[in-house]
Amino acid sequence: MKAAPFDYVRPPSVASAVHHLEEASGDGKIIAGGQSLAPVLAMRLARPQVLVDINRIPGLSTISRSDDVLRIGALVRHHDLLEQHHSPLLAEAARWIGHAAIRSRGTTGGSIAHADPSAELPVVAAALDATIHAVGPDGRRTIAAVDLFEGALETSLEESEMIVGVDMPIPTTWGFAELSRRHGDFGLVTVVVAEVEGSWRVCVGGLAAVPFRARESESILDGGSVADGRVREAAQAAAAAITTSSDLHASADYRRAMAEEFTRRAIEQATAPSRAGVH
Amino acid sequence: MQVKFSLNGRMESVDVEPRRTLADALREDLGYTGTHVGCEHGVCGACTIMVDGQPARACLMFAVQADGSSITTVEGLQNDDGKLHALQQSFCDRHGLQCGFCTPGMLMTAMDLLHRENEPSRERIREEMSGNICRCTGYMGIVDAVEEASRTQSG
Ligand SMILES: Cc1cc2nc3c(=O)[nH]c(=O)nc-3n(C[C@H](O)[C@H](O)[C@H](O)COP(=O)(O)OP(=O)(O)OC[C@H]3O[C@@H](n4cnc5c(N)ncnc54)[C@H](O)[C@@H]3O)c2cc1C
Ligand code: FES
Ligand code: FES
Repeated sequence: MKAAPFDYVRPPSVASAVHHLEEASGDGKIIAGGQSLAPVLAMRLARPQVLVDINRIPGLSTISRSDDVLRIGALVRHHDLLEQHHSPLLAEAARWIGHAAIRSRGTTGGSIAHADPSAELPVVAAALDATIHAVGPDGRRTIAAVDLFEGALETSLEESEMIVGVDMPIPTTWGFAELSRRHGDFGLVTVVVAEVEGSWRVCVGGLAAVPFRARESESILDGGSVADGRVREAAQAAAAAITTSSDLHASADYRRAMAEEFTRRAIEQATAPSRAGVH
Repeated sequence: MQVKFSLNGRMESVDVEPRRTLADALREDLGYTGTHVGCEHGVCGACTIMVDGQPARACLMFAVQADGSSITTVEGLQNDDGKLHALQQSFCDRHGLQCGFCTPGMLMTAMDLLHRENEPSRERIREEMSGNICRCTGYMGIVDAVEEASRTQSG
């Protein structure tokens, strides 16, 4: 359970990090918080030749707000998301990630790039239609969250590309509901419901390989006021649309039943009268 | 690579391979065996230490990453005059340990909690200690110990 040997570089800038990745031609890996990568290396599921430590690159650790969008630097730690007050949805999602010793190091960029289907931040990013800013050898580009997540632990990032920040819109109202076996565990089911610029978003994580946007429930919610029947209808629509499978953690039927129940809870939170005006 | 950091208030310098975890560097290269290593993938909490005032898993950091930082391990808890830290004393008094394997990580996690919160409820203590696994005590004694230390500390 020890990592295979690698070279270690600590570039002072994004350009230099990208240069190191390019030089390694596919055999380099960024290390940010290390909270997912270090276990992967210890189990030798990956054996990169070069580890590119981005932790000391200045300017990647800030959260800034312009109007109703938060620009979150790639190195913003889960702990910092939990402490900020601009987006209570992000604070709540961060609270569900692991434990204090994980949140103190794990980063926003790392969680998005790792694209674990059970992780909280990818579900939030997909729900909010977040924009990912990445820099590669050919310069800077933006990627929509739904285009970034391609499969379990798979993204559309190029080998030598690095995430530098994520733009997350601040919803007017939101709900977050997660089912996990123990406190701090990854979610079996994670549901984010949010209203952004007048339209509803429903996103379910943990069931499919990538966060699942339940478009049909979104149109049910967009279609009018949420009387009790509509909440259930929207929750059922979300669960019915997802393809999932059984594994040692839970059967497919259980997962689908829980997806419905936790979608219902998240919608109820989001539409509760007490949430009105609370961002 | 040559790496320098402050360890429990003393400057230490150590020459490590990049793949050396901070936990192994502390234990094998510097002889600070108080930091225990269980799962080596972040799950058990036995290796929890403080890095620049924040709790961290020493098994998920490479020693080279700690260059220039300030580290506290369980060896740094005791007073200079040999008197135990309030948490160490309450773990003894409240049967917060049996074999002691998980204890250094429990102490560091609890210390971080008590830095952040005065007199946390039992429920909060359970929540915050849930990332540290003990195979012996059944946790009652551990929660008792943290609760008692929080009272001593603020009393
Ligand atoms: C015990 C434990 C419990 C956990 N529980 C949870 C949980 O409940 N929910 C949850 O969501 N997560 C959980 N995690 C994982 C944690 O959130 C990680 O912090 C996160 O998944 C990865 O972020 P990181 O900064 O640590 O990335 P790293 O581990 O440093 O990197 C992960 C991957 O992303 C790549 N990468 C990192 N940064 C960038 C970047 N800027 N651009 C491009 N690629 C990049 C790396 O090359 C690597 O492939 C847990 C981890 C542990 C050890
Ligand atoms: S040895 Fe580090 S968490 Fe288990
Ligand atoms: S006292 Fe033995 S593992 Fe906790």
